[in-house]
Amino acid sequence: MRSPAFGRIAIDQEPTLETVACPDCDLLQHVPPLPPGGKARCARCSEVLVHQRADPLDRPLALTVAAAIAFIIANAAPLMSLTTVGRESSTTIIGGALEMWRQGSEITAVAVALCAVVAPGAHIAFMLAVLLAVRRPPAPRWVGELLRWAHFMHPWSMTEVMMLGILVALVKIAQLATVIPGIGMYAAGAFIALLTAVMVAFDPREIWMRVQWADGSTPPSPARVVNRPVSAS
Amino acid sequence: MSTQTSGHALSAAEAGLVACTTCALLSRPADAANPGDCPRCGAPLTSRQRNSIQYTWALIIAAAICYVPANVLPVLTTTAFGSVESDTIMGGVIYLYASGSWPLAIIVFVASVMIPLGKLVALAYLLITIQRGSAANSHQRTRIYVLVEFVGRWSMLDVFVDAFIVALIQLKPLMSVEPGAGVVFFMAVVVLTMVAAQTFDPRLIWDAGNNRQVQHG
Repeated sequence: MRSPAFGRIAIDQEPTLETVACPDCDLLQHVPPLPPGGKARCARCSEVLVHQRADPLDRPLALTVAAAIAFIIANAAPLMSLTTVGRESSTTIIGGALEMWRQGSEITAVAVALCAVVAPGAHIAFMLAVLLAVRRPPAPRWVGELLRWAHFMHPWSMTEVMMLGILVALVKIAQLATVIPGIGMYAAGAFIALLTAVMVAFDPREIWMRVQWADGSTPPSPARVVNRPVSAS
Repeated sequence: MSTQTSGHALSAAEAGLVACTTCALLSRPADAANPGDCPRCGAPLTSRQRNSIQYTWALIIAAAICYVPANVLPVLTTTAFGSVESDTIMGGVIYLYASGSWPLAIIVFVASVMIPLGKLVALAYLLITIQRGSAANSHQRTRIYVLVEFVGRWSMLDVFVDAFIVALIQLKPLMSVEPGAGVVFFMAVVVLTMVAAQTFDPRLIWDAGNNRQVQHG
């Protein structure tokens, strides 16, 4: 939904909390109040500026808890096992990285561990902490710090890339051995679906509106911005 | 200009405002050259990422250098029943194609060959147009940037393929697979281009147009 209701900002106007600068092109614009589920795109480069979620706190929290459980199972249970000429071997997610290390490819092993285990784990743990802490506003300042780290971890969390990688690896191995998918594989699949749902349901703006400011003051805007009129300036 | 502006698009930088890259809060720093920290989240404020063009150039040149050994050196060495065989990335694609799984062959080819190369070309194009002060096609150039940022992670595919093949096929003395030197270089290409996409500041794409409009208006 491209909104025609954008107001451009004049040079001597003071920004309000409804004023945003597009992160991709820096255009200043007022974002009008949006209905739940409504999106506001940049008037110039069409990047999504605001996506008003229907249920910005409870839904992502529920999904994050489910994703965290799926993540633990995906890492604890074997991903798959393989039998060939009467011998069997199985691997977990971290097992892939460990074997790389043992075979002398330490740098690759560390990268695989980071992208497949550390980044997704840290990302989901930080999200969980942020969503729990923000339930009683004003949230302490470390919530903002954790949110920043979660945002930093997100591009390096590559569970879905790993799953496609496993699929390709299995096709390559299939002619040599019989491969049996394990519980870890299904849990990893569930984790990918749940994490995607978390990111769709989550709105960092809702968190920042509830976090204490750097000088220790409580956030100036009321907890809900949904029904607030655009301030006439 | 006092109330609603006419056709002129005003960027935050022109208005003397800085948008926090962490929490998106707009603030008006007293000194535009030294904006200080964001009053809400405390992150250091910068109107444009510092030295964005230089950092991004350095990273993509490093990635372009690594791209050569990544494709020439083997990524996997298979020892099966006494014979030793080495595979490069392209070799892996051809193997998949020859064994009949051409959809996967296309996926691996796109993720491992096309995307890294495409990212290098796209970022170089964006940097050159910014340095030449081009105001044309800003919209398409932003699209290219968003695409580069979005698809970059999928290049990691081949690293995961190699890791899990190595992890599963350890049936010594019958058969074993070892990672080759190419994997490290390939991973370097992926990581360097991903970091390059993060150091690149897409707002620079629009600054040339902003400046021109200010001069004429």
